[in-house]
Amino acid sequence: MGEHHGPAKGLTRWLYTTNHKDIGSMYLWFSFAMFLLGGVFALVIRAELFEPGLQLVDPGFFNQMTTMHGLVMVFGAVMPAFVGLANWLIPMMIGAPDMALPRMNNWSFWILPFAFALMVSTLFMDGGGPNFGWTFYAPLSTEYAPPSVTFFIFAVHIMGASSIMGAINVIATILNMRAPGMTLMKMPLFVWTWLITAYLLIAVMPVLAGVVTMMLFDIHFGTSFFDAAGGGDPVLFQHVFWFFGHPEVYIMILPAFGIASAIIPTFARKPLFGYASMVYATASIAILSFIVWAHHMFTVGIPLAGELFFMYATMLIAVPTGVKVFNWVTTMFRGSITFETPMLFSIAFVILFTIGGLSGLMLAIAPADFQYHDTYFVVAHFHYVLVPGAIFSIFAAVYYWLPKWSGHYVNETLGKTHFWLSFVGLNITFFPMHFVGLAGMPRRIPDYALQFADFNMISTVGAFIFGFSQVFFLFVVVKTIRDGKKADAQVWEGAEGLEWTVESPAPYHTFSTPPKV
Amino acid sequence: MFKKRLFSGLGAITASSTALAEDAQRWGVNMTEGVTDVSREIYGLHMDIFWWCVGIGVVVFGVMFYSMFKHRRSVRKESATFHENTLLEIIWTVIPVIILVIMAIPATTTLERIYDTADADIDIQVTGYQWKWRYEYMGEDLSFFSNLRTSQDEITGRSQKGEHYLLEVDEPLVVPTGQKIRFIINAADVIHAWWVPALAVKKDAIPGYNNEAWTTINEPGIYRGQCAELCGRDHGFMPIVVHAMEPADYERWLADKREEAAVLRELMAQTFTFEELMTRGEGVYQRMCVACHGANGEGGVGKAIAGSPVATGDINAHLDLLVNGVNGTAMQAFGEQLNDLDMAAVLTYTRTAFGNNMGDSLQAVDVYQFKAAQ
Repeated sequence: MGEHHGPAKGLTRWLYTTNHKDIGSMYLWFSFAMFLLGGVFALVIRAELFEPGLQLVDPGFFNQMTTMHGLVMVFGAVMPAFVGLANWLIPMMIGAPDMALPRMNNWSFWILPFAFALMVSTLFMDGGGPNFGWTFYAPLSTEYAPPSVTFFIFAVHIMGASSIMGAINVIATILNMRAPGMTLMKMPLFVWTWLITAYLLIAVMPVLAGVVTMMLFDIHFGTSFFDAAGGGDPVLFQHVFWFFGHPEVYIMILPAFGIASAIIPTFARKPLFGYASMVYATASIAILSFIVWAHHMFTVGIPLAGELFFMYATMLIAVPTGVKVFNWVTTMFRGSITFETPMLFSIAFVILFTIGGLSGLMLAIAPADFQYHDTYFVVAHFHYVLVPGAIFSIFAAVYYWLPKWSGHYVNETLGKTHFWLSFVGLNITFFPMHFVGLAGMPRRIPDYALQFADFNMISTVGAFIFGFSQVFFLFVVVKTIRDGKKADAQVWEGAEGLEWTVESPAPYHTFSTPPKV
Repeated sequence: MFKKRLFSGLGAITASSTALAEDAQRWGVNMTEGVTDVSREIYGLHMDIFWWCVGIGVVVFGVMFYSMFKHRRSVRKESATFHENTLLEIIWTVIPVIILVIMAIPATTTLERIYDTADADIDIQVTGYQWKWRYEYMGEDLSFFSNLRTSQDEITGRSQKGEHYLLEVDEPLVVPTGQKIRFIINAADVIHAWWVPALAVKKDAIPGYNNEAWTTINEPGIYRGQCAELCGRDHGFMPIVVHAMEPADYERWLADKREEAAVLRELMAQTFTFEELMTRGEGVYQRMCVACHGANGEGGVGKAIAGSPVATGDINAHLDLLVNGVNGTAMQAFGEQLNDLDMAAVLTYTRTAFGNNMGDSLQAVDVYQFKAAQ
């Protein structure tokens, strides 16, 4: 294994690079920038909701903020972060020299900044940016949308193309470039979960592209896919959207399962419990994700038989998800546990994701969903799944692998400070949302009745704590890269996997000759 | 600026904690039980699944925290090496399935009940508009719009917010208790959702669809809800108020409404003096127009009326604009929302008030003929 050459110098290194590590880093930095931007949008929302009445922003702009917050966080922060992790880790975990399709890899990253520049620029256009929620239900997003919706559609197309290319690359890499002896059932779970995620992406991103194209045609070319007055159907939009949207939810969580399954055994110093069942559970969740979409639509008036089918199918998801949680807990049981920063984030991930999963089980009960639907209870539910779920797992991954990437240990005190600030902040923000939701507060409103005032104020305080602790995270990462303590190859004593066999920082080219597994 | 707000906010939190006992509703943390059999059933399901979740949480987190305390490195130097146990894995697959079946059975029964919209005593058509509701009592020749009553001053903080801030309307939906009421729900523009928590009715109002829902209210009272589907700028400002009365009171209300309608029909046939139209028009303006066009016609969300080319231009073009609205703007088509007399009155008023001084007017019959000719 030799280092052929180092990276090129200057800006062109980043523009022309086909190196999986460079591209991984760019994805991660980009997603962090989007995370902060989406966070600013969230803080505008929370500031307006600090107390009843309209204080800071116009209701129309408020709607643009909720829409942009969702879109930026989903497509700009969470998904690219996971692709960044896949780029960095999958080749190193399976003993491959790089991704299978390095030029496409470069392309799939570099179209993203253009997509987001296009999308964010709509905020400055006449009539404002998208204001119809990240789910952009027609006809609010077609006939009644601001003119900038066309730019939003093109931005979504570009993001979709980027995701599909990324997914193709992941599949091609995993299926073709594993080191000799690395059979499928020996792959680290992060690789497994990403393989399944990539199939989900290839299956549903074209559906998203289809639905926005139908919108484009309705808006500009006189079709009536979603216009009842022209013989179309607004509910069709929701079916197509959620056929993409529900698998999308799992796209944002399956890689997180893989991360937790890597970190928890390391710090429990005990092999992962039920490796095979983890793989099967992930696959089951992925398959089930295609037959539960209408549980987002329990109130649209689908027939009783449909309502029952989607209720039962949704409840069923609890079974494989439960298997995963039980496996993680059993991995910890009778281990020899230490609590470094990645482990803290992983444990918080398991606990808080489980809380989000349990409220998901409540939402699955269709009759009860008539009371929960489109309230803050739903907002609380999906933020519990996405923030301490997806985002915490990404934090955990960064703290876990950053020494390998940068060659420097993270200062544990700083890392733990970031953890506790985030943990406390997010619970103050999102836990009270369960209460106001059950008490009857609808989501996506800029102003609310007086009985919701107190909990909203608490949520806002928590949101600012959480928001500013992410600026602190930036500081921790930069400090680690610049002057952290020099890291060994085996960063964590209990860690297993090929990535720990190469020195820290990982050389620009690794596994140019395949390792023996 | 924000900091100041934050601290006054923290102050408010502490102050309000002391008032906790007095005002439990402010710190409401749970779903309402509601006032119908269905809403109670749903509440029961909600509590059942909630306690199942608590139970699962206690077991899972219990084992987890036990491991975190008892099996941490400082206590336990060596870790075990087991990583499989088929029996255990079967158990924790089967038990959740059993719990799910236990929950699915009553949920199915309740769902079937909710879907049984047959044999209703009263049918009410509910139509969502941006941003108001319209109620039509089928077979009664009675329909009206229900608008937010909270004033702009309360919303923008220029005056004290009332007790039912944002949850009050100019004309509530009135229904009798003890009778099965079927709602036929649709929408005129975008998707809305008609939701009253105390009735546990939430159904999307979708253009081109007639969705059905039903309720039988057990207790008289005033029940408040809101639109629950993002429907544009003022989605947060289209509340629902249902006033449930004893059947006898409901009949009396219905009789009053019929009487009102008869009076109105009579009025429509009359010719009004200019002054009468002005007085009536001012009332209509205050009710329907002032939020967007301002107290002095100076404009706001809507354009200024004072000195506007429309209000000082051709009277029929002005009427056309009121009846049909302006596509793609906040100016709605008021043709269905105002009766012909009110339309004529507000038209007359806005042409002369605010210094427009046109001095011309229309009668209800003119509006009627204009609409008929469309």
